[in-house]
Amino acid sequence: MTFQNSDKVTVSFAGLEMDGIYISQSGTNVIVKLKSGYNICVPETCCKKRSGGEEAAETAEIKPIEQNEKLPLLSIVSTGGTIASTVDYRTGAVSSKFTAEDIIRNIPELAEIARYHTVQPCNILSENMNPEKWQILARTIAFEINNGAQGVIVTHGTDTMLYSAAAVSFMLDTPVPVIFVGAQRSADRPSSDNAMNAVCAAKAAVSDLGEVAVCMHATSNDTVCAIHRATRVRKSHTSRRDAFQSIGREPAATIAYPDGDVVLAEDAVKRGEQKMALHDKLEPKCGLITYYPGMNPAVLDAFEGYKGLVIAGTGLGHVGTDCLPRLKFLTESGTTVVMTSQCMNGSVCDRVYETGRYLLDAGIIEGGSMLPEVALVKLMWVLGNAKDSEEVRRLMQTNLKGELDCDIRGDF
Amino acid sequence: MDYAALGLKAGLEIHQQLNTKEKLFCHSPTVIRNSDEHFGVVQRYLRTAVSEMGTVDRAAAEEAMQHRLFTYYTYDTTGLVEIDEEPPAPMNREALDIVLTIAKMFSMTPLPELHTMRKMIVDGSATSGFQRTALAALNGKIGEACRIETVAIEEEACQRVEDTIFSVDRLGIPLIEITTSPCMKTPEEVHDVAQHIGMILRSTGKVKRGLGTIRQDVNVSIADGARVEIKGVQELDLIAEVVRREVQRQLSLLAIRDELAARKASVPGLVQDVTKVFEGTASNVLKKAKCILATVLRGFDGLVGMEIQPGRRLGSEMSDYAKKCGVGGLFHTDELPAYGVTAEEVEKLRKETGAGPQDAVILVAATEAKCRCAMKMILRRANMAFEGVPEETRKMLEGGSTAYMRPLPGAARMYPETDVLPVTVTKEHFDSLVLPELLADKEARFMKEYGMDEGLAHQMVYSEKLPLFERAVAEGIRPMFAARTILASLKELSRGGYDASALPDEKILAVMHAVEKGNAAKEAVLEILTACAKGLSVRDAIAKVAPSFSRDELVNLVKSVVSERAEFIKERGKSALGPVMGVVMKEVRGRIDGKVVSEVLNSELEKFL
Repeated sequence: MTFQNSDKVTVSFAGLEMDGIYISQSGTNVIVKLKSGYNICVPETCCKKRSGGEEAAETAEIKPIEQNEKLPLLSIVSTGGTIASTVDYRTGAVSSKFTAEDIIRNIPELAEIARYHTVQPCNILSENMNPEKWQILARTIAFEINNGAQGVIVTHGTDTMLYSAAAVSFMLDTPVPVIFVGAQRSADRPSSDNAMNAVCAAKAAVSDLGEVAVCMHATSNDTVCAIHRATRVRKSHTSRRDAFQSIGREPAATIAYPDGDVVLAEDAVKRGEQKMALHDKLEPKCGLITYYPGMNPAVLDAFEGYKGLVIAGTGLGHVGTDCLPRLKFLTESGTTVVMTSQCMNGSVCDRVYETGRYLLDAGIIEGGSMLPEVALVKLMWVLGNAKDSEEVRRLMQTNLKGELDCDIRGDF
Repeated sequence: MDYAALGLKAGLEIHQQLNTKEKLFCHSPTVIRNSDEHFGVVQRYLRTAVSEMGTVDRAAAEEAMQHRLFTYYTYDTTGLVEIDEEPPAPMNREALDIVLTIAKMFSMTPLPELHTMRKMIVDGSATSGFQRTALAALNGKIGEACRIETVAIEEEACQRVEDTIFSVDRLGIPLIEITTSPCMKTPEEVHDVAQHIGMILRSTGKVKRGLGTIRQDVNVSIADGARVEIKGVQELDLIAEVVRREVQRQLSLLAIRDELAARKASVPGLVQDVTKVFEGTASNVLKKAKCILATVLRGFDGLVGMEIQPGRRLGSEMSDYAKKCGVGGLFHTDELPAYGVTAEEVEKLRKETGAGPQDAVILVAATEAKCRCAMKMILRRANMAFEGVPEETRKMLEGGSTAYMRPLPGAARMYPETDVLPVTVTKEHFDSLVLPELLADKEARFMKEYGMDEGLAHQMVYSEKLPLFERAVAEGIRPMFAARTILASLKELSRGGYDASALPDEKILAVMHAVEKGNAAKEAVLEILTACAKGLSVRDAIAKVAPSFSRDELVNLVKSVVSERAEFIKERGKSALGPVMGVVMKEVRGRIDGKVVSEVLNSELEKFL
């Protein structure tokens, strides 16, 4: 017998007859939700369809939601993030409902901060993001700002949020805050961080900030969010709420919850400082590789024909000397190679040890204090926009969006 | 009281902590900590989440009326799962096997696959906002007339330190939840069934002991009343009283219902601001309040203050509802003038609100928002009085009365735990589980095999040291001696104010072995144990308290005593044994077994005579 979701069924098991609702199949067993709310799993043969039944599902009363026209307009750009998502437990699918009403119904406090326009350029897991989607994202955000959004909130899965945020920050000169926000703990739990992060993101989006940033819990507590610069943030924990940490610089702002007081850092880029501009070209044929002791230099052959390669080297920016000939071959055949460090903090310096000097001779570019992931995204953008290799080198060593502590001096 | 005529139906839900090494869904130890030792603090808000069916549970919605910041104490034994910063580990198999064993003892049928659910609780007692739970087995037997409906494996919640502060040490300890059918018809029967289930749980030897490690929830209803679930009865001795008092409460509420109908009472629902009436009042509560609201309940005079169970009135019920909004409680005219409120003020209040002598007036005092919220809840409860008994979840108060907690939860509080994979239980595995001997059977066996009287056997079987006793007997120690020594050692510990670690099982066992080998006298066991509890090793304790006395030494001693008292012995003959024994024992008490002394003395006397 085949069953469909929500079929009313009777289960005969353990000498009992129990009414329930068919949920799903599990091999030769079926999963049935009992009246108590428990799901049980019993052999399929124990389950029979039943007709009628009195249990009309209680449906919640749906009240219409009005947005306050006096409040500033924010755009919520969703890439499939968790703010308003609900999981369909029967199919495992994430509901694609995504209207301002849905969001406000889930997080009513948002209605007191702004009014919202929503747009969903894609609906994917963040590990399936790619440079092409970053471009779509940047264009969508630019469109929203040009249409009067006084701030933009981007909901995004946390796994690759820092790549997307960094990419948008290179492609877009924004006069208003563009705030990436996500949740570490699923939205279907009462303890989820999604609501607080969203409320803080909205507060940041109406604040005096004027750059692309990431808004997440600053600590494990539900008391303060940090606004991290898009080019200076890293997901540093697999599951904690405060996984996102600024590296090498203080966050651009902190936001107290639930009061919503925003404290901007002195060096934060302010609203209106940048003029709206979109430079959405990217060179996607770039790679990122982490060097490890004993790495077979032949690994580097895989990047032959690539326009750019970022290496996360050891310490001050080193690789084993047996890699030098291949690297030299790569740079000579037109691949831009940028050296960053696996150390989370500090700058690359290839002038201290011999290997470093050989690397410089081989034509690699020192990436300063750039995080390897950020250097990759920047390299894509620079290669997409610079007119020659001289400009590529210069731009890679120039602090464009806070990704470097300062411009890197060229050698005489 | 004729409970059969009242149509009393009661069922039990028993929660017992399991004594596993690790928690149910993480690797932290199942150790209860002193909250003063907490290492860190985590602060969180909880919101209601929508169930898989798209609805919000009514009980959860009511708990979430206040946006409260909860504080959680953490310890060096706390992991990330307990503070909801990491997905759960797979289910603890040790815990599951204990649950399945207990299910087997009730002749239940296990489910082939366990699906873990989230049971939403947003009162702060779970950091995630839910408790993980899975049905493990269905339909078992207990006694003649009762059935066990379900057995579930679930997580323990946090302990409340105070108000909104919780301690996460208890969170996640495995629990078994045993739900009976509503098969009990008298309060005493509820007690007996609970006691029997407790005995079965203890028979496994794998459940936690001590206050708070077992909690009974009781479901009670009478004909024309309603199902009420009373949470957290910790003491078995109170359980019958809780049922009795609930029956009394339901009867009183039904009587109030009938009286209201007879009086044609009504709840108009008008809420008035009476802050001005209490300007210059002497009442501390009212003086401090920014806002005082009042409502009139027509025809309720005298009924709001009527006692419905010891220490509880209809007014207390309304007050419980109001507290959901963060107010401290309420005042009603049945209890006024009192608490600093004067008769003149009450008169003024009645006039201002247009309340007649048949009417009751309810007051709340707090901020305006809290007052409005509280009034809504009070009116809700007042209207329920016309129906009689509302279905509720209640908590037990000291003595056995109860207070309102929240509405009975519905199925909407349950939704799947997507982070835990289903657990398979095969028939082979279930069949392979070995059932322990029931404590009741063990007690009978101890009486029969070891010659214990009923009191001793009962005490031994229900003692925490039962495993030690069984080990001692297995190692060849005489059962009666072992039982007496072990129980005495426990008494000794509590008398001296030592904790259990002061006298580990190994030491008690070593002392018993020393006696059995003749290295220490049975009479000195207590003193040796006391010395051990003070920190001495077993060897040092024996040497200090009672250096052992060899048979040869004894023979010499007896010989010299006999020769010293030669005349006396000649005079008295055999009957000199008693007095001479006394003289010898004075020297050797506790150093050599009395039996040996009488043996040696007998043979020496015979030689002499």
